[in-house]
Amino acid sequence: MRRPSIFLREGIPTAIRPDGTLDRTHAPDISTERKRELYVAMLRTRVIDGRLERLQRQGRIGFHIGSLGEEASILGSAMAMGAQDWIFPCYREFGALLSRGFPLQSYVDNMFANANDIVKGRQMPDHYTSRAHRFGSVSSPIGTQISQAVGFAWAAKLKRDPITVAVYFGDGATSSHDFHTGLNFAGVYGAPVLFLCRNNQWAISLPSNEQTASQNFAEKASSYGVAAKRCDGNDVLATYHTITEALGYIQREKKPMMIEMLTYRMGGHSTSDDPRAYRVDDEVDRWAKTDPLVRMRRHLEHLGGWNETDESEAKQAVEQELSQCIERAEAAPPPELDTMFDDVYQTRPPHLQQQASQLIHGPRAVDPHLR
Amino acid sequence: MVPAPWILTCVKTMPKKNLVTALNEGLRSELAENPDVVVLGEDVGRVGGVFRVTAGLQEEFGSDRVIDTPLAEGGIIGAAIGMAMYGLRPIAEIQFSDFIFPAFDQIVSEAAKYRYRSGGEFPIPMVIRAPVGGGIRGGHYHSQSPEALFIHTPGLKVVCPSNPYDAKGLLKSAVKDNDTVMFFEPKRVYRAVKMEVPDGPYEIPLSQAKVVRPGEDVTVIAWGAMLFEALAAAESAQQQGVSTEVLDLRTLWPVDVESIMQSVRKTGRVVVVHEAPKTCGFGAELLTLVSEHAFLHLQAPPKRVTGWDTPFPYRLEQEYLPLQHRILPALLETAAY
Ligand SMILES: Cc1ncc(C[n+]2csc(CCOP(=O)(O)OP(=O)(O)O)c2C)c(N)n1
Ligand SMILES: [Mg+2]
Repeated sequence: MRRPSIFLREGIPTAIRPDGTLDRTHAPDISTERKRELYVAMLRTRVIDGRLERLQRQGRIGFHIGSLGEEASILGSAMAMGAQDWIFPCYREFGALLSRGFPLQSYVDNMFANANDIVKGRQMPDHYTSRAHRFGSVSSPIGTQISQAVGFAWAAKLKRDPITVAVYFGDGATSSHDFHTGLNFAGVYGAPVLFLCRNNQWAISLPSNEQTASQNFAEKASSYGVAAKRCDGNDVLATYHTITEALGYIQREKKPMMIEMLTYRMGGHSTSDDPRAYRVDDEVDRWAKTDPLVRMRRHLEHLGGWNETDESEAKQAVEQELSQCIERAEAAPPPELDTMFDDVYQTRPPHLQQQASQLIHGPRAVDPHLR
Repeated sequence: MVPAPWILTCVKTMPKKNLVTALNEGLRSELAENPDVVVLGEDVGRVGGVFRVTAGLQEEFGSDRVIDTPLAEGGIIGAAIGMAMYGLRPIAEIQFSDFIFPAFDQIVSEAAKYRYRSGGEFPIPMVIRAPVGGGIRGGHYHSQSPEALFIHTPGLKVVCPSNPYDAKGLLKSAVKDNDTVMFFEPKRVYRAVKMEVPDGPYEIPLSQAKVVRPGEDVTVIAWGAMLFEALAAAESAQQQGVSTEVLDLRTLWPVDVESIMQSVRKTGRVVVVHEAPKTCGFGAELLTLVSEHAFLHLQAPPKRVTGWDTPFPYRLEQEYLPLQHRILPALLETAAY
């Protein structure tokens, strides 16, 4: 039943060889220090994922949607972008946001949906945003960000601003109408968009080969006149390299491009999902062998740029910072009742003024435990 | 959630089931009885739905009849329309009603108008199931109650059961019906309420409301998960000497006007409760109907207790929902007017 071509890495260039040496034709020319930064960003993401999952199990946060196994595709792409470039996220890219300097505290506040949360506790956890970090707004409905990113990039082009807009989406999102209209518009108007398909091979319980009859997701782009490539999304250097070249192409040619990053969702879809109900362990085990962190670490060790002490110190640093953030976020109060009525419109119309007053003077404002 | 008193009126020997199980049984019996019935949607097959409503059905009936679709609601509903035109009986699932909007065009422009625009040549008999409502920490996009949008669309029937027993019987009627039926399932109730549900198939006719608690002083109209809040508020009101009649609409459209008016003519006072935002919510239509049909019976201004006119919030969802602490004062004020 499973058509293998869509899953296999065959034919997709890899930069880091199994022994940790590098195939330079597919690797970026970056310093060991930069490589360490890439690795530490991935490690940080993984540590945070593990901790948030535990917090959810303990009932301390309501939800988490993680990136276990997909760190290289997320960080390898985000960290190859320029500071002027924008990111329109899907929902697994908190690592990308943090890599832009978004404070960990703010991210954890979002997970607790407290009064300090940048989106004011209005959205589920992992629905963050930050204009200051040139990072769009996470939305649950699948695919919607794709055509929006196209419009954003098109506007930048009209204003002659030399920026690229990267938009993340999953393999499942390639079935959404926004994927198709987005690619079509970008093709027609030459919008400087980098379409980033995180093919993690699953859309909740649906495997990629039942999502499409195409041989892969990249080939869809060609029907819209949009150039596309596949890359090894579990190889952070190959990803970084592919993205760097794509960004060059987009600005040089004034055309969009799509990259299919082949990776694997090692965990459940989210904390609400148990993948044991629909997939076999040996598939997971097989992909665990291509773990992006293990591969990059091997390369750094080969360079003499990483050792066991570095590893444990880096992990500990994240754990410590995280503990402090969690403590503060958990202690912070929920958003004020009145804030529920802000931002519906620029100014609050009379009917919302009235409703806010009803809530604020309602029975629960006096006794929050009242059923 | 409080146990509803009418649960006790069910036959004693029947096994108790929750809403998920009751719907699962209902779907299984439709698939077993009619080879033209197909179930399609995202994650409905292999994993049996994200709420497990379709659990085990693909194993039993095969992947041609219980179909995992690509991630495209417009595709699901467009394809279901085509299947219905050919003669199948599709039961389409939209994973959350919040994700129905990519299919809005197919539902509103197409399914709802097909019979009419083709001069009756092409009826679209299908059921569109979707979980609705908040209270499960779902934020903007896993909590909404969009029933009014579909009630406002001529050509669609809209059902929203509050409990396992009604849900199974209403599902059967919905599948049998020759129009497109929107079947909204209150997700907060999925596993929260257990009641006696017969193993075999049975029907509960569409467009029949049910008095689930008789009363004299004030009528409260509710559906879905808010029915339980209305019942709890009615119980509290009783302790303060106000007798409340609680009406579960069960089918929202076409609505059972007669049952509503019977109750309102008796009590002269009415409160509508719904989770959806107040403005242009179904409450507005219900209270207009009351003014048209029973104006001279009214002894107090009708009231609405609803979600606020904001997007559905995450952290403050318990403050957003029209829970019993907001329903009770409305009942008491209306009764005392
Ligand atoms: C329009 C819409 N339909 C359904 C859903 C429910 N849903 C959430 S995530 C998801 C699967 C997405 O898969 P993919 O695009 O591959 O992204 P991944 O989660 O694998 O990163 C589905 C069906 C949704 N959020 N939006
Ligand atoms: Mg996916």
